[in-house]
Amino acid sequence: MSTLRFSLVCLLVGFVIYVCGHLFGVGYLFFAGYTILQYVVLSSAWNILGGYCGYVNFGSAAFFALGAYSTVFFYKFYPLPIPLLIVISAVVSGIVGFGMGYLTLRLRGAFFAIATLAMAVVLQTMVVNWDYVGGSRGAYIVRADTIEIGNFSIEYIEYLFLLMMILAILSIVVSRAIARSQLGFGFATIRDDELAAEASGVPTLRLKLIATTISGALMGMAGAPFPYYIGYLQPASAFGLEYGVNSIAMPIIGGTTSWVGPLIGAILLGSLQQIATVTISSAVNLLIVGILLVAFVVIAPNGLVGLVQDRLRARRSK
Amino acid sequence: MDFPFELLVNAIIAGLLLGGFYAAVTAGVSISFGMLDIVNIAHPAFIILGSYIAYIVNISYGIDPIVVSIVMLPAFYALGTCIYQVYYVSFEKRGQESLRGLAFFFGLLFVTEVMLILVFGVDYRYVEASYIGPSLHLGSIDLPLRMLVPCVTALVLFGLLHLLVTHTFTGRAIMAVSQDQLALQLMAADPIRIKRIAFGISIATASVAGALLVIIQPVEPSVGREYIGRVFAICVLGGLGSLPGTLVAAMLLGVMESITSTFYGPSWSPAVSFGFLLLTLAFRPAGLFGR
Repeated sequence: MSTLRFSLVCLLVGFVIYVCGHLFGVGYLFFAGYTILQYVVLSSAWNILGGYCGYVNFGSAAFFALGAYSTVFFYKFYPLPIPLLIVISAVVSGIVGFGMGYLTLRLRGAFFAIATLAMAVVLQTMVVNWDYVGGSRGAYIVRADTIEIGNFSIEYIEYLFLLMMILAILSIVVSRAIARSQLGFGFATIRDDELAAEASGVPTLRLKLIATTISGALMGMAGAPFPYYIGYLQPASAFGLEYGVNSIAMPIIGGTTSWVGPLIGAILLGSLQQIATVTISSAVNLLIVGILLVAFVVIAPNGLVGLVQDRLRARRSK
Repeated sequence: MDFPFELLVNAIIAGLLLGGFYAAVTAGVSISFGMLDIVNIAHPAFIILGSYIAYIVNISYGIDPIVVSIVMLPAFYALGTCIYQVYYVSFEKRGQESLRGLAFFFGLLFVTEVMLILVFGVDYRYVEASYIGPSLHLGSIDLPLRMLVPCVTALVLFGLLHLLVTHTFTGRAIMAVSQDQLALQLMAADPIRIKRIAFGISIATASVAGALLVIIQPVEPSVGREYIGRVFAICVLGGLGSLPGTLVAAMLLGVMESITSTFYGPSWSPAVSFGFLLLTLAFRPAGLFGR
């Protein structure tokens, strides 16, 4: 399937999901769905760098928060429409991703991982000390109840849901397109043996920089509508560790080598967490994520997709 | 305005004391990350675990936290060897340690933290001991005992580790295992066993470091995260795997943080270590004392 046709199919599926949600008529579905879609974006974005290239990024929360705080910054300055804010956040996070990659990607993999963790704390400290965007007190974003698009008037949460749906589709299409292109093969050579790739003429640094930039930009996009979603943004919620751990756990549980893995992981784990948050408690839902992450890396290193592939292969060889 | 010279001297001394404590916190990572090449980012979580154990025993029986931590050393050592065994079987043997190993430790960090939150909640906990509170005064210099005692303990711990690594066969084997496993096998030492011992020692230091942490400041489960950056900053800054380098780097970072928080406010001090780490990684990845 060509990328264009695939995107059309995705849009169709997204639209059907939206209509189904609308028929149910429960506003909470959109709240929960927004979070799950947000994780689809984050985990697909993480996977472009982590799964395709093999570079672990612990700082997903930092890119996410960059997007969210770009929105807050412009909200205080002049309230722009959200789609424009998403583009701005993508540019900001993309630039930071590029800079980050340029500084650290010449080092061994582990250093990159630690540096991303470090960057999250540096950015958080800067935001806490920056009064214009609310500092440690946080910032309020006032949103309307409904929004007019053309002649239609829809609920704001549905509008946010639709935006996030488009972002999720965008990130899935991008990560699928990358995996099938020359770029994706380049990434795979870096993951498998960077030294050999370098020796055979693969421009590894340039490829890695492309990966960090795309991955960072997508994460920033996911964060841009967040202040409107939550209404009150404070550093601790924007830089929450759950974004970091989820965007690693979801692709690893789903399977990191293709675009399907993060999608499956995000939908499964995201829904599970929504259910656990409502029925048990939010601390327990994070515990579930942690235990699943540890269990999967130890027992099923290739994730659910890997398990299914192994099963199919075993059946074929019988 | 006069330059507040006294304030500066006090800040430097407080920083040196803090640095001694940081050295104890980093010792374990210096062994696991520096010598064994195992990126144990869950180390701070084990330190917090140590703090909580010291806290429980101290509150229930009134035993000194440092004594508790020393009693707990074998338990932490055993925990460390178990973790290494899992790590070895699932990652090192399969040759997948980089990506999945990191995710494994990240998961461990997370699980430990959330479990502590579920059991103890997010309230700050602190211990009681005779040396928490009073200070020594030397002229205009203040030496709070709650900083001095951890610093001295840390230095003793560090000295013992250094002796162990340089003067015993096992210690030298630990130094060698990261460089050449085959040569080590020719010396009749099993590299896996040596690594297991080393990782056990590395986690064991977390017990002591945890007790020191809870003496210095009240502890809640997510405090450990702040230490991830510090610990790796010190480790990289000191040159990977060099214990004396680690000590110097820890003191340096302690002094810088202390000066920053004295003159600019404590909310900036986490950024110092992380910023320093980023700069070191970018410009001098071998560390200040690396070759």
